[in-house]
Amino acid sequence: MSLMSLGIVRGFVWQIAGTIIGIVFAVAMRLMMGMSPWATEPVWVVAILFGSMGFLIGVGSMTDWFKWMVGIDTPMRHGPPKGKPAWTRYFGVDYNHKVIGIQYTITAIFMLAVGGAFAIIFRTELARSGLQFLNPGQYNTFIGMHGWAAIFAIFIGIGGMANYLVPLMIGAEDMAFPRLNAFAFWINIPAIVWLLASLYHGWDAGWTLYPLLSTRGEPGFQFVFLSVFLLGFSSILGSLNLIATMLMMRPKGMSLFRMPIFCWGVMGASIIQLTATQFIAQSFLMLSFERTLGMPFFNPDGGGSPLLFQHLFWFYSHPAVYVWVLPGLGVISEILPVFARKPLFGYRWIALSSIAIALVGFLVWGHHMFTSGYANSLRAPFMLATLLVAVPTGVKFFSWLGTLWGGKLTFPTPMLFALGAISVFLLGGLSGPPLALVGSDLFLHDSYFVIGHFHATIFGGFVFPFLAALYFWYPKVTGRMYNETLGKLHFWIMTPAFWMMSVGQMSVGVMGMRRRIADYDPMLGGMTSSGLSAVEIGQTVVTISAFLIAFSILLMIYNLLNSAEVGALAGNNPWRSRSPEWQIPSPAPEHSYATPIRVVGEPYDYGLPGSTYVTMATAGDD
Amino acid sequence: MSSATTTAEAYRTQLRMNRMGLWLFFVSEVFLFGGLLATRFYLWGNTRPELDQSIGLIVTSVLLLSSLSMNLSEKGLEHNNRRLFLGGLVFTFVFGLVFLVGVMVFEWGLFPAFYEGHLTPGENVYGAVVFAMTGMHALHVITGLAFIAIVWNLGRKGSYSPERHWGVESCAIYWHFVDVVWIFFYPALYLIGHVAH
Repeated sequence: MSLMSLGIVRGFVWQIAGTIIGIVFAVAMRLMMGMSPWATEPVWVVAILFGSMGFLIGVGSMTDWFKWMVGIDTPMRHGPPKGKPAWTRYFGVDYNHKVIGIQYTITAIFMLAVGGAFAIIFRTELARSGLQFLNPGQYNTFIGMHGWAAIFAIFIGIGGMANYLVPLMIGAEDMAFPRLNAFAFWINIPAIVWLLASLYHGWDAGWTLYPLLSTRGEPGFQFVFLSVFLLGFSSILGSLNLIATMLMMRPKGMSLFRMPIFCWGVMGASIIQLTATQFIAQSFLMLSFERTLGMPFFNPDGGGSPLLFQHLFWFYSHPAVYVWVLPGLGVISEILPVFARKPLFGYRWIALSSIAIALVGFLVWGHHMFTSGYANSLRAPFMLATLLVAVPTGVKFFSWLGTLWGGKLTFPTPMLFALGAISVFLLGGLSGPPLALVGSDLFLHDSYFVIGHFHATIFGGFVFPFLAALYFWYPKVTGRMYNETLGKLHFWIMTPAFWMMSVGQMSVGVMGMRRRIADYDPMLGGMTSSGLSAVEIGQTVVTISAFLIAFSILLMIYNLLNSAEVGALAGNNPWRSRSPEWQIPSPAPEHSYATPIRVVGEPYDYGLPGSTYVTMATAGDD
Repeated sequence: MSSATTTAEAYRTQLRMNRMGLWLFFVSEVFLFGGLLATRFYLWGNTRPELDQSIGLIVTSVLLLSSLSMNLSEKGLEHNNRRLFLGGLVFTFVFGLVFLVGVMVFEWGLFPAFYEGHLTPGENVYGAVVFAMTGMHALHVITGLAFIAIVWNLGRKGSYSPERHWGVESCAIYWHFVDVVWIFFYPALYLIGHVAH
C-alpha cells in the first residue's frame, strides 16, 4: 500500500501543488497588469485560495460531485476501502457519519493540544513580571493563536459529537447529505494548515482581530482571515446537514419532543451556525479586501467605521459562544438521568431553553462594546437583553438539580465530569452579571477578570462536557472500557486545577492585570510577606494550574489510546442507557440499525417500571 | 411491495430532503446578503454614490427577464417540451451573461481602455461598498451560470425526465434566489438616499 493512496496525503500534496500554481498565477497576473512581480500579501491570498481548492480536490471530497456534473451516477459507498486495511478509511474521504464523527473528534483533540501548548508557552512567560523569553510580538501572536486554535478545537469537537451521535440517537441510517458531511469535515484540514502557517509571519491583534490594528502589520493576518473563513464554511454546511437530518429523518413515533435531549442542544447550536456564521465570514472577507485592495470599510480615512467591524464580528461571535455550550449542556442533560436512574426533570423546558438561549443570543452582541464608544442609548437595551440569557440558563440548572434530587447516584468518570461541568459552568455564570452590567463592566472590561469568566463558561459548557462525552461514549465507539482509575485521576487533577486557574485569573484581573499585554506592573495588588507581590502569586498559581490541566489531558489521551487495545470488553450497554444508540452492538456496525426503530415512550423515564423508549421493528411490522 | 415503488418512494424521500437542504442554504445566504445590506445602511445612511442609472435599469430588467425564461424552461421540461426546456436555459444563460457584462464592464469599468468606470474599490467607502455588494452578487451569478451550463449539457444528453429533474429544479430555484437578492440590492444601490458622491 503506497502512502499516496491515503486521501489526506494526496490532499497535502495537492495543497502544495495548488499553492505553487497560485503563486505562479498571481505573479503572472501582476506582470500582465504592469505591476512589480512580487508582493507578499496579494500573492499569498491567491496561493491560499488555490492551495485550499487543491486540498479539497486532492483528498477526493469533490470527486462524486464532479462526476455528477458530467452525468455519471455514483452509488453510495459503504465499508472500508477495498483492498486496503480498515484503518485507512479514517485517513481519507469516507461517507459514514460514524467515521466522520471520529475524524472530527481526533482532529479536535489535536487542536485542543495545539491551543493548550500555546497557552502553556505564554502562561510560563506571565508567571513573573518583566519579559523572560518571549518578545512582545511573539507574545501577541501566541495569545491570538491560542484563541483561534482553541476555537477550532471547539467547533470541530462539536462537529465530532454531533456527527457521531445525532444520526445514532434518532435511529437514522446516516446524515441527510453524507457527501456534504465529508466535504464539511475536510475543509477544516486546509484551514488548520493555514492557521498554523500564519505563525511564520505572525500577527498581533489578539483573536478578535479588530481593525485598525488588523488592517496593518504583518501578512500573517491574511492567513488567519482565510483560515477562519474556511472554518466558517465547514460550520455552515455541517449545521445545515444536522438540521435537515433532525427534521427529516426521525423514525416513527419520535416527535421533536421525544428526541434525546442532546439533539435539542445541537439544534439550537445549528440554528446559530447556519445563520450568524455568515457575518464573521463577511467581516473577515472585508478585512482581507481592505488589506489587499485598500477598500476602506473600516478605515475612517476613507469614510469607513471601525465600529462596523465590531458589530459584524460580535453579531456572530457572541452567539458563537452558545454554539459552543449548547451541545455541551445537552451532554450534561443526557448523562445525569443515566447515573441518577431518574427521569430527566422538565424535558420540554430544557429543550425549549436551548432554543431560547440561541434566539436571545442574537440580541446581546452589544455587551462586548460597552466601552467602544457607540451610542449611549444602546447600552441599557444590550445590558437587559444580556441579563435575560440567565433565565433559560437558570432553567437548565434547576432541571439538573431536579434530576439529581433523590436519585440513586453512582459516580463513574462521565458522571464526575458532568457534575464538574455544572460546578465550573456555575462559576462562569455567576461571574457573568458583573460583565453584563454596564457600571461594573466599564471597570472590568479588558481585564483578566474577563479571561477568568470566559474560560469558566467555555470549560463548563464545552470542555468538561466534551470530556464527559468522550468517556461516556468511548465504550460505544471502541467496544472497550477505558481505565476507570486513570479517568478518576484525570478528573480529580483537572477540576481543582481549573477552579484555581479560573479564580486566579479573575483575581489578578480585579487587581488590575490587563488581558493581551505581555508585561505587568509587579506591584499590582501590593506586596505580601512572602516577598512576592499579590499579582505574581496569582499569576504563578494560574501557570501551575495550567500545567496541571495539560498533564491531566495527556493522562486522558494515554488512557483512551491504551484502553482501545487492552481495555476490558464493555458489552453493548454498560451504562444501562435507554437511548437508541445503546440498543445496538458496540462498536456500532457499518449499518447502525439492522431494522428501523420505533419510539413508543418517553426518552428519560428511568426507574419507571414497565416504561419503554424504543423498540426495534421486527419482520412483519408495517 | 415491488422494487419500482420502493425506488419511487426513495426518490420522493430524497427529493424532500434535498429541498429542505436547499432552503436551509438560502436561509444562510439571506444572512450573508443581509449583512451586506446592513453594511450599506450603516456606512452610507441616507446617501448614495452617483451610479449610471440607465445601466442599472437595463441590467435589472434583463435579470428579471432571465427569471421568466428560467421558469418557462422548467415548465417546458415538466410538460416534456424539450425545445422549450433547452431553449429557456440558453436564454437564461445569455440574459445572465448580459447582466454580468453590464455590471462588470460598464459599472466596474473592468476594461478601462474600452469603458471607463466612475468608481474604484479603494477610493472611498462608496466604491468599497458598491464593489462588495455587486461583487458578492456577481459571484453568485457566475455560480448560477456554471450551474445552468451543467444542467443544459446534462439536459441535452437526456438526463432529466418530467418526473425526475431535481437538478433542473434546484438550478431554477437558485437562479430565482439570486434574482430576488438583486431586487433588494438594486434600490439599495441605485435609488435610496440622495447623491453624495
